[in-house]
Amino acid sequence: MLLTIEINGQQVSSKRGETILTVLNRIGVKVPTLCHLSNLSPTGACRMCVVEVEGLSHLVPACSHQVEEWMRIHTHSPRVLKARKTLVELLLANHPDDCLYCDRNGTCELQELSEELQVRERKYMSRNKPVQIDKACPSIQRDPAKCVLCMRCSRVCREIVGVSAIDAVGRGSHTRIGTSYNRGLNFNACVRCGQCIMVCPTGALTEKKSIQQVIEALSNPDLYPVVQFSPTVPAAIAEEFGLKSSKDILNLLRAALKKMGFRQSFDASMAADINIMEEAALFLDRLQKNTKLPLLTSCCPAWVRYIEVFRPEFATYLSPVKSPQQIMGTLIKQYITSSAGVKPGKVFVVSVTPCTAGKSEAESNGSETRLVDAVITIRELIRMIRLLGIDISNLDPEPADSAFSISSSSGRLFGISGGHLEGLIRSINFMSSGQELSPLKINDLRGLKPKKEAKVRINKQSVNVVAVSGLANAIGFIDEIANGRENIHIVEVMACLNGCINGGGQRTGTDEKCLKSRMKALYDIDEEEMVKVAHKNPVVNELFEKFLSGPNSQRNQEILHKTPLKTSAI
Amino acid sequence: MDHIFEKYILKKPENLIPLLQEIQKENGYLTDEIIERVSAHLNIPTNKIYGVATFYDQFRFKQKGKYHIQVCRGTSCYLCSSTSYLKEIEKLLKVKAGSLSRDKKFSFETVSCMGGCSQSPVIRINDKTYHHLSLAELHTLIRSLREKTE
Amino acid sequence: MPTQAITDNRAFLVEKVIKNYSGIFDASTTERVAVIRRDKISRPVIYLGTGTSGSISGAKATLGKINSYLSEARFSADIIEVGCTGFCSAEPLLDIQLPGKTRLSFRNVTEDKVEDILNSVFHHTLPDDHILGQYKQDGLEEWPNIPMLEQISWFSLQRRHILKNAGIISPASIEDYIVRGGYKSLYKTVLNYPADKICEIIEQSELRGRGGGGYPTGKKWKVALDTAGDQKFMICNADESDPGAFMDRAVIESDPHRVIEGIAIAAYAIGASQAIIYVRTDYENSLKILEQAIGQAKDYGMIGEDIFGSGFNLSVSIRQGAGAFVCGEETALLSSLEGQRGLPRSKPPFPAEKGLWEHPTVINNVETLANVPGILENGPGWFKAVGTKYSKGTKLFSIAGKSVYTGFIEVPMGLTFSTIISQIAGGVKDGRALKAVQLGGPSGVCIPPADLETPLDYEALSDKGVNLGLGGLIILDDKTCMVNLARYFIEFLQNESCGKCIPCREGTSKMLDILEGITKRPKEESTHETLERFKGVVQLENLASVIRDTSLCGLGRNAPNPVLSSLKWFREEFEEHIFDRKCSAGVCHDLRSFYIDVDLCNGCNICQKKCPENAIVGSLKMPHFIIESKCTGCAICFDACKFSAIFFK
Repeated sequence: MLLTIEINGQQVSSKRGETILTVLNRIGVKVPTLCHLSNLSPTGACRMCVVEVEGLSHLVPACSHQVEEWMRIHTHSPRVLKARKTLVELLLANHPDDCLYCDRNGTCELQELSEELQVRERKYMSRNKPVQIDKACPSIQRDPAKCVLCMRCSRVCREIVGVSAIDAVGRGSHTRIGTSYNRGLNFNACVRCGQCIMVCPTGALTEKKSIQQVIEALSNPDLYPVVQFSPTVPAAIAEEFGLKSSKDILNLLRAALKKMGFRQSFDASMAADINIMEEAALFLDRLQKNTKLPLLTSCCPAWVRYIEVFRPEFATYLSPVKSPQQIMGTLIKQYITSSAGVKPGKVFVVSVTPCTAGKSEAESNGSETRLVDAVITIRELIRMIRLLGIDISNLDPEPADSAFSISSSSGRLFGISGGHLEGLIRSINFMSSGQELSPLKINDLRGLKPKKEAKVRINKQSVNVVAVSGLANAIGFIDEIANGRENIHIVEVMACLNGCINGGGQRTGTDEKCLKSRMKALYDIDEEEMVKVAHKNPVVNELFEKFLSGPNSQRNQEILHKTPLKTSAI
Repeated sequence: MDHIFEKYILKKPENLIPLLQEIQKENGYLTDEIIERVSAHLNIPTNKIYGVATFYDQFRFKQKGKYHIQVCRGTSCYLCSSTSYLKEIEKLLKVKAGSLSRDKKFSFETVSCMGGCSQSPVIRINDKTYHHLSLAELHTLIRSLREKTE
Repeated sequence: MPTQAITDNRAFLVEKVIKNYSGIFDASTTERVAVIRRDKISRPVIYLGTGTSGSISGAKATLGKINSYLSEARFSADIIEVGCTGFCSAEPLLDIQLPGKTRLSFRNVTEDKVEDILNSVFHHTLPDDHILGQYKQDGLEEWPNIPMLEQISWFSLQRRHILKNAGIISPASIEDYIVRGGYKSLYKTVLNYPADKICEIIEQSELRGRGGGGYPTGKKWKVALDTAGDQKFMICNADESDPGAFMDRAVIESDPHRVIEGIAIAAYAIGASQAIIYVRTDYENSLKILEQAIGQAKDYGMIGEDIFGSGFNLSVSIRQGAGAFVCGEETALLSSLEGQRGLPRSKPPFPAEKGLWEHPTVINNVETLANVPGILENGPGWFKAVGTKYSKGTKLFSIAGKSVYTGFIEVPMGLTFSTIISQIAGGVKDGRALKAVQLGGPSGVCIPPADLETPLDYEALSDKGVNLGLGGLIILDDKTCMVNLARYFIEFLQNESCGKCIPCREGTSKMLDILEGITKRPKEESTHETLERFKGVVQLENLASVIRDTSLCGLGRNAPNPVLSSLKWFREEFEEHIFDRKCSAGVCHDLRSFYIDVDLCNGCNICQKKCPENAIVGSLKMPHFIIESKCTGCAICFDACKFSAIFFK
C-alpha cells in the first residue's frame, strides 16, 4: 500500500512497512548511521540517525521507525543536528585522541561523523580508565578504548558467523565488548574470520599486523623473500588504486611485489588446482567406498577451526588436504629451494590473503617449521605498497616467474563461495569418466546467495553438492545433516559470507558493490582463461609427475595432507 | 548440581536466567566451569552467558563470605545516610563494596532497594534485616560476628 | 493429602460462596462464613503484621515472644500472620480480637511490649500506650474510648479498594479472600462475558496503567485481543524497581489472591492461556507468598484447566527478575524473560502486538491488575465515581523519607501533595521544614513547596511535565542537598542504564562526571577544570535535552528529570556549589570547611598528626588552626578530635 509522507517539505510516496531510512536513501537524503548494518535487522541503538517527526515529543531513529501516513519529517533541523552533534561529542569524550596514530586514520567512521557534524572542540571531559589491548590472538587485535559500542561486531559474530566470540558484557556505562571471563580472544570461541574487523567503524578491531616483520625480511640480505597471493588479491588492489579492468592487473601486481623486494611471486590459485586434484581423488575414493560422506571442504581455515573446536564429531568428514596457502608454502619451501639453490631455512614465504584466519593457520600448522612465514591481509599489502612508494598504475606489467606460473580459472574461483566446488566437480567428473563436464559452468553454484545447492551427474551417478557461506549458515546446515539429512556428497563451506571476496582481510569499506565487481572479475577470468580446469594445468600435471605422485597416494598424503591439530574445546 | 540441570531439560534460551539463579542459590556464585556446563546444556555460547550474567546485579562471580552484608542504597536509605554505613563497613572490614574480606568471613555489597523504605536505613546480614542502626551499633554487631567466627 | 476439613471448606467456598450469584446466604452459610471470616470466634485471635516492613521492624521477635507468652500463661489463642495495613512506621502492628469484641490494633509492638499488652487485653483492660485504634465490625461490642481506625489521620482520607484486605486477612489463606468476596469476579467473568466485553468494561471504567505510563488498560487489552495469534501472554510486572516505592510488594504480601484474580481476568480478556508474574528477586517474602497463593488457586480451580467449567485454561508461573532496574521497562522485561540481556526494544511495534517471542503480550503492573476484580464486582461506574476528570479511581502511594509517618496509602486520585504530607504523613519529622517532595523514583522530579497544591493525578502532573510514575513519594527536609540528591539519582541511573543507546549510556555518565565535579573538591584544580565546573549547569541542560530527545526507552528519556527539576526549582543551590564552593545543607562533605573552636581545643596535636594535607598548624598544648586553603574537607580531623572541638560550616 502506498502512502504519502512529507520529508523536509517535499512530498514523497512510500510503502507501508518501510523504515524512514529506506525512504531517505531512496530520495537521496543522507542521515548518518553508526550501528546500522544493511544485512542485519536494525537495533536503533546509536541514535545517530534520529529525525524529527512533527507531533512527536522526542526524536525517532530513522533506521527502525516505520513510515506512517501523517508523518512530516525533518531530517536536518537544528534540533536534530544538535542532538547528533552531542551524541558524537559524547562518544569522543571517551575516545582516545590518537587519530594520527590510529590504524583507521582516514577510514574511521567516527572521524567522518565528527567532521560531518563539525565537532571542533572536546566538549566533555573524560575520565578514562586505561584498558588493556587484547593482542594475544595471532589474527585479531582488540583495543577496547576505541570501541564506541555500536555492537556491529557482536551482531555479526552472532548472526552471520554464529559463534558469539565477542559480545556485550556488563551494564550501563560499564558495558564493554568482551569475551567470557574477560579472557583474551585467543582463549575463546573466536574462529579468527575477521568479519568483526570488517564492520568495526573505528580502530577498535584490527588485524594483528605483520608488516614490520615482512619489511625486515625484505631488507635482510640473508633471506630469500618470496610471496604468494590469493585469487581475490588482484581485483582488490585494482579497486584500491583505481586500476582499469582493461589493464593486466595480475601482472601489475606481480610487478609491484617485485618492486617491493620479493624475489619471486606465486599465484596461490595454482595451489588451489593441486588442492582440487587431491581432493577430487579423495572424494572418488570415499564415494566408491561410500564412507565419510559428505566430504566437508577444508580450504577455509576459520571453518576448519570451528569444526576442530566445536564439532570434533565432524572432523573425520573434513577433507585432510591442506589449504591452498599451506600447499603453496610447502611447495615453495620443498621444491623451489632446490631449483633456486637457496637453503630451505633462508626462504621467507609471505602470503597475501583476504583472510585473517590465515594468520592463525600459518602459525599453528602442526609441524615444527613454518610453511608460511608471514601472512598479510590485503589491507596490509595496500599499506606496504604505499609505504614503499610504489606507484602501481605507472608500473609495467611483469610476466609470471617461471615456476608455478600457470593456474587454471578453477583455482581462481576459490575466491568466491561455490567456486571451489565448481572446480572440484569439473575435475571429479574428468577423473571418473575421462570426459570434460559439459557445460563446465555450474550456474546453481554461482551468485551471492549464502546457500547454493546443485545436483550433478558424474559418470552416471547423481552427486549432490552444497556450497554454504557465512559460518552461521554452515552451522545450521551441518545441524541439518546431524539431524538426519542424507544424500549430500560434498559440502563447501566459507566462513565469510560469499567467500573470500568478502573475507575478513579485504579492503576497508567493502560493500555490496565491491562484492559484485569482485565476483564479476572472478567469473570473467573463468570465461577468458584458456585453462579452465585443474587437471589441464600443465604445471600441476608436471608437479604430480615429478615431485608428487598420483593423487591421494602415500607421498601426497605426506606433503599435501595436514597433521590434525589437537585443540581443546573452549 | 545435577538435579538443577535435570530440571531444565529443555534447551530453551529462556531457561538461562532461572537456571543460573538456581545454580547460584546452590553454589553461592558462578564459576567458569559452571558457565561452560550451562553453555553445553542449553547450547548457548559461553560468551553470551557471560554477557547475560554480567548484566544483572544478582549474579556474582566471587565467593560470598560467611556473613554477607547488604547495604541498601535506595533513595530513602540514602537520604537517611546509608552512605555512612558503607564507609563504616569499608573501614571496619577493609574491603570495598562487592568484594570479600581477606579472612573470607565477610562479603559486602550494595543493593538497589530492599523495599524497607519506611524503615530506612536498612541493612541485611545473611537473612536478618536491621533498621535504624546507629554506627556504634553497627560496629558492635560486626565485631560480635567477627569474634563469633574466630 | 488435604484433610477432610480443607476439602470440605473448598467445596463449600466454591459452591456456596463464589458461585452464589445473589450474594445472599442462607442461615447456615452465613454462620459458616462468619466463622471463616473470624467475625465469630471462640477464643482470642492475635494478628501480627509479618510482611517485609513488619519483619524489618522486628515482627519475628515479637512473634516468638507471643508464642512463649501464650505457652507460659497457658493461654490459648490463634495467631494469624497478616500482611501490612500500610502504616509501616507503626510496625510491628499487633491486633487482638477477643470473642464478641471488635479487633483492637496496637502499634510498634516490639518484643519487649508484648507481655504488657497481651496481659492487659486478655484481662479486658487496656494498656496505657501503643493503642492505635479499633476496627469497625458490625454486631460486635466496641471498646470504649478507642478511636475507630478509619478515624485516625493516617487512614481517614484513604479510600481502600485495593488495600481492602491488606493487613486484615492472612495472605496465606485463600479462604480469607473468598469469604470477603474474592474470585467472584472471575466466576462472573468466565461464565457471563465474552472477552471483548471485559475489555469494554475496563475501558469504560477508564482505568489507566499504574506503572507510570498511564495508558488506558482496556485499550491495551483490546489491541492484544484483536491481534491475531495462536499464543498470547499476560505478564504481571511486579519488578517494582523504583527505590523508594514498595506498594506492589505490599499488595502481593498482603492480598496475593487479588492480584491472581486480576491476572486471571486479564488473561481471559486478551485470550491468553499463559500468565507470568515477574517478581523482583530481592522480594523473597513476596515470592514465597505468591508461590503459596498460586498453589492454592490451582487447588481451588481458580486457575489451571477448564476454570469453572468454562473451557478457559490458564497457567500462571513466576519468574524472578535478576536485578536490573531497566527491566521495569516493559520491552526490557520481555528481553529478560526471553533469557537475554535486559535491553529495551524500539517501540512501535508495541508488546500488545509483538511481545514475548513476537506473540501479543500485555504487561500490567500489580496495582493495575489489583484494581480489576473490584471493577468487575462493582461495575465501571463504581470505579469512575472516585477520582478526577481524566484520572479515575484510587492510587497507591508510598511515603518514605523524612515525614513523621511512613508507609503506603490508597487515596482517591487528585489529592494534593500538601494534603498527603500534612494530613496523612503527619508533616516533616523533628519539626524541620519541608524542602521538597520527590515523586516518581530516580527518574522522577522534586516538587518544591510552592507547587504542593498540585493535585496528584495524571493530567495535572503532566501539565507540569511530571510523570506520576509508580507513586513513590519521598519527603525531603531542609537538611537535604538538592545537588547531591540529583547526583545520587544520576549515579543510580547511569549504573542502571542498560548501555544500549549512546545518549543514555554516555550522557548520564557525563552528567554524573559534571555533578561530581560540582559536589567534590579536588586537591588541585587546573584553570581548565575550574572553567569546566563553571560551564557545568549549561552542559547539564544541554545534555539533558539531548538525552530526553534521543534516548531509546522511557528510562533514558526520563533520566534527566531529577537534574532538570532540581535545576528549575533549586538553581541557586547549584550556583552556590559551583561558584561559592559551599553546601548549605552540609551534605556534600568535600565542600565543608572545617574550623577549630579555640576555646575547646586543648592542643593535643592529634588532628595535626592525622591531617593528610598538613592543613593544621599549632603547637602542643596550644589551640590549633586549620588553613582553609589547604583543607580538602576530608573530615579526618573531625573524626579524630576527642574533644569535639572541630566544627564545619
